[in-house]
Amino acid sequence: MATTLETGQQLDSSVERQIQQAVERYVDLRLEEEEDKRRQRPKKVAIIATKGTLDWAYPPLILASTAASIGMEVGIFFTFYGLNIINKKKNGSLAVAPLGNPAAPMPVPNLIGAIPGMTALGSKVMRSMFKKHGVASIADLLEICVESGVKMWPCGMTMDVFGYKPEDFMEGVQPVCGATHFLDYASDADISLFI
Amino acid sequence: MAVLDHVDHTLDCQGLLCPIPVVKTNKKVKEMTVGQTLLMLATDPGSMPDMTAWSKQTHQELIGAEQEGKLFKFYIRKTR
Repeated sequence: MATTLETGQQLDSSVERQIQQAVERYVDLRLEEEEDKRRQRPKKVAIIATKGTLDWAYPPLILASTAASIGMEVGIFFTFYGLNIINKKKNGSLAVAPLGNPAAPMPVPNLIGAIPGMTALGSKVMRSMFKKHGVASIADLLEICVESGVKMWPCGMTMDVFGYKPEDFMEGVQPVCGATHFLDYASDADISLFI
Repeated sequence: MAVLDHVDHTLDCQGLLCPIPVVKTNKKVKEMTVGQTLLMLATDPGSMPDMTAWSKQTHQELIGAEQEGKLFKFYIRKTR
């Protein structure tokens, strides 16, 4: 069947078929190129770190440093208590409370866990246990993250609410940002984690 | 018998746990020149699957791996 052009001329059906085939070939080629580009770009990881206790500080930092070591592009959005992980004044003394934690390797009865000083003691025990077993410290992992180019964003909203200042955050973090900026980064991530 | 009789570099990660052996190996390989080999020693119980995955993701060659009790030996060649 012939197509009538805008000029009123009739397009020969064999010519039309040829044009159609050429267009299809071109589209397939371009799609393949796009797919290749996607395959070739480094995998992208987007992590949200929301917890600020010693035990919860580990997973985002371990995953981020490992991902960077296998060539992935990594970004962590630190929000709520997670901000403490990158807060210079706080990240040297992250703690873990034995109170209400039946999963602790050495569970402490809640009544004893509630005694003043038990959180400090529990944190000390965890820190020395980790050290003894050869687990990196939070400071080591943060250094690896900065060195390997992990982007670490402090959440502006929670920074304001918690009364932190941009200068409270360690060197090497990104400028303070909001959820929109992080979501823009994460929008084409291959791996997204909320921790 | 070892996988390789001669290696260009050795990296001792014994006593270190995840993710440090992988982080250190990656750093070391970056410093090496293409074609050079590395023997990495580790005791991390998860290092066998981890190093296999590292090799797959970074396209660096894991020539072979051995286990002697709790000790793992990884033979790596920098390919790129």
